Amino acid sequence: MYVAVKGGEAAIRNAHRLLADRRRGDRMVPAISLEQIVGQLALAVDRVMTEGSLYDRELAALAIKQARGDMIEAIFLLRAYRTTLPRFGYSQPINTGGMLVERRVSATYKDLPGGQLLGPTFDYTHRLLDPSLATDDEPEAPESRPQEDETMLRVSEILAHEGLIEGDGAMPEDHEIGDITREPLEFPMERDTRLQALSRGDEGFLLALGYSTQRGYARNHPFAGEIRIGEVEIEIDVPELDFPVSLGRIRVTECQMVNQFKGSAKAPPQFTRGYGLVFGQSERKAMAMALCDRALRARELGEDIIAPAQDEEFVISHSDNVQATGFVEHLKLPHYVDFQAELDLVRRMRREFEKRQTGDDERKEAAE
Amino acid sequence: MSTETIARYNFAYLDEQTKRMIRRAILKGIAIPGYQVPFASREMPMPYGWGTGGVQVTASVIGPGDVLKVIDQGADDTTNAVSIRAFFQKVAEIAVTTHTGEATIIQTRHRIPEKPLQEGQILVYQVPIPEPLRFLEPRETETRKMHALEEYGLMHVKLYEDIAKHGHIATTYAYPVKVEGRYVMDPSPTPKFDNPKMHMSPALQLFGAGREKRIYAIPPYTRVESLDFEDHPFEIQKFDQPCALCGGTDVYLDEVILDDRGGRMFVCSDTDHCEERREAGHTGHMSEEAAQ
Amino acid sequence: MSFHGKSIEGGFRQPVFDAQATFRAVMEALARPGTIQKSLAAARPPAPLTPEAGAVALTLCDHDTPIWLDPPLQAEEAVRAWLAFHTGAPIVTNPSDAHFAFVSYPATLISLDNFAQGTQDYPDRSATLVLQVETLANGPAIALEGPGIRTTARLAPSPMPRHFAEQWVQNRARFPRGIDLVLVAREGVAALPRTTRITAEE
Repeated sequence: MYVAVKGGEAAIRNAHRLLADRRRGDRMVPAISLEQIVGQLALAVDRVMTEGSLYDRELAALAIKQARGDMIEAIFLLRAYRTTLPRFGYSQPINTGGMLVERRVSATYKDLPGGQLLGPTFDYTHRLLDPSLATDDEPEAPESRPQEDETMLRVSEILAHEGLIEGDGAMPEDHEIGDITREPLEFPMERDTRLQALSRGDEGFLLALGYSTQRGYARNHPFAGEIRIGEVEIEIDVPELDFPVSLGRIRVTECQMVNQFKGSAKAPPQFTRGYGLVFGQSERKAMAMALCDRALRARELGEDIIAPAQDEEFVISHSDNVQATGFVEHLKLPHYVDFQAELDLVRRMRREFEKRQTGDDERKEAAE
Repeated sequence: MSTETIARYNFAYLDEQTKRMIRRAILKGIAIPGYQVPFASREMPMPYGWGTGGVQVTASVIGPGDVLKVIDQGADDTTNAVSIRAFFQKVAEIAVTTHTGEATIIQTRHRIPEKPLQEGQILVYQVPIPEPLRFLEPRETETRKMHALEEYGLMHVKLYEDIAKHGHIATTYAYPVKVEGRYVMDPSPTPKFDNPKMHMSPALQLFGAGREKRIYAIPPYTRVESLDFEDHPFEIQKFDQPCALCGGTDVYLDEVILDDRGGRMFVCSDTDHCEERREAGHTGHMSEEAAQ
Repeated sequence: MSFHGKSIEGGFRQPVFDAQATFRAVMEALARPGTIQKSLAAARPPAPLTPEAGAVALTLCDHDTPIWLDPPLQAEEAVRAWLAFHTGAPIVTNPSDAHFAFVSYPATLISLDNFAQGTQDYPDRSATLVLQVETLANGPAIALEGPGIRTTARLAPSPMPRHFAEQWVQNRARFPRGIDLVLVAREGVAALPRTTRITAEE
């Protein structure tokens, strides 16, 4: 006698209990607090905010804790929360020219107004494991100096003075800035929505694609014109007031790639731009995004589309790790109904094949 | 940091603005049967590929008077069906059932119930890849043109190549259909066994593809024809034995492996249908009654 | 910015459930052309916008859906203020920019091809017209065929736009492009999606 398997509900309930237990880990060890995650795993928090498209450190920390440190799972948690939030309005574009800069480096000039500012970077650290971090040793307090008043000129503006770089990506007069979280994607995309998609795109995927352009798959001669990290003001227009209201400050990383360009039928020889902007401190992502942005402008600049990084439908359709992970992992779900249909087909084709084989053999024997 | 300020969700999960957007897409889908309406799919609290499209459609349609049934592979007790049903019980506090006849809304993955649907019922399909032409042409820009121009030659060529190579069409599920003589449509990965049930169904059929951001629909009493050729007419899979539990024929069967010596049995994939038949006294050769 | 008390009154009593019930009525009406769905929730908009048309507006319109109003509705400041307050939908004067059109006097409506028909690539980018009619069942009858209808259905809406049958044949010929009609009256809501064919007139 056969009894069909039941008890899906109990199985799920028990799996979730076990998950909660494993998440908590050893009960003798204190549970990690959100403050600790925000303060001490700050770059993980930044990545989750960027790809989760929601600037909220506490929620990102909660997501990381809930996801047991699985970054894509944390990003997913944050996105699924974000999507339910009411939309009150759109802020003004942030002005990174007015940034309170903590780090700013340019690879295109030895020195420049405002100077090179290393900031809290892993660059030039020797990647030797540091045993002192295994204990609670207090590090030294950092050096600091008062912020200079002058705003830090962007490298792109220096080149723009000479007319050697293209304009700052002006959209047509009547163009309304899109919102990929509110409207379905439509190909070909404009640069505004494409940049939005890249900004929330998977860091690893964009890194690999950016890397591929450096290795010759759509080489675009990039220079890191400038990378800056710091805080910018978020301002919003309120209909009743004739001045914008500040909502607060957020930390962002901006990368302006400067790319050599020989000119084409559509554009004169000049430097062109690739742009990257992400929440928090994430240079790798901002740089990869800038490389991909430049590669994806091939159509606009009249370049031949020959490499994956230039293929907008390919890149944008596959850059979202929440979508990708869901669809890859859905293969875990039962597919036995379709598999049954395939089993039947393969069995049938197999029988036909064998019949043909024996038929052939008999014919052969008959001929001999 | 206080935990009350952290994370709250709306009734039925989706906010009203999102529901309006999805509802408008559903109405367009009904007005243009088989056409895939783009919609601004939201992140849902379950992964893409696990029914987010169907869940969004159901969440936008469902109301306090509805009775919901959720199936995966035809069964009410598969884990993902259990999970989605629990989601709606939690966020919308609606009545649920496993009985096809009692449900006003049935959300499904991979099957259409065996019991014929009625007027007033809504069948919501979870769709992974809504574009029937996707595996012939990966580009959205191209497939959109093909639908616009009603240029479906490529699909016929593909099916005919199957016939040339294998002697018959080698597509067993997600078998393409033509809706009301116009749009070629993907019925979602249901086995082609279920295709005929879509034709002139009294129920409203809604399709949601969350990751791919498309909604489409088949109104009740709409022509749905499986693509075929005069010399190779469409035919469904036939099982050479009845259900081992209820003795049902003309139903879709799951193959259940009983031991490691090749022992197997075939049982209804539609668990509710099978139970109803057994309650009505039907038996199969491996049912309890037969064992006694 | 000024709005009088009238514009903030008259919304749904239970926005979530009223919108859901009204949506289901409109969806059923479109899915089964010829049927009259009665489960619209009550809205109380300023005249000449009717409670039924108001309910449809509250259910389907928002910032993302420009609205066109026929001249009698357009002329009424209170109607515009009510729609603005409750839906946030921009009101447009060019009919081809509208996602929804609300029509208080169908008999004098401009011809249907003035409204957005969608494109061959995106036939969904078309307008839905909401016509306030006096009756759905007691006017001159039309027989209907097409998706959603088992054999034939019958509807008797009145008043309808001028030369409606001819206009509808043209609308049908544009398929998959074309507009969809939602008809509202005291009796409830009925609809004619672009797929419906009018096969006979009384």
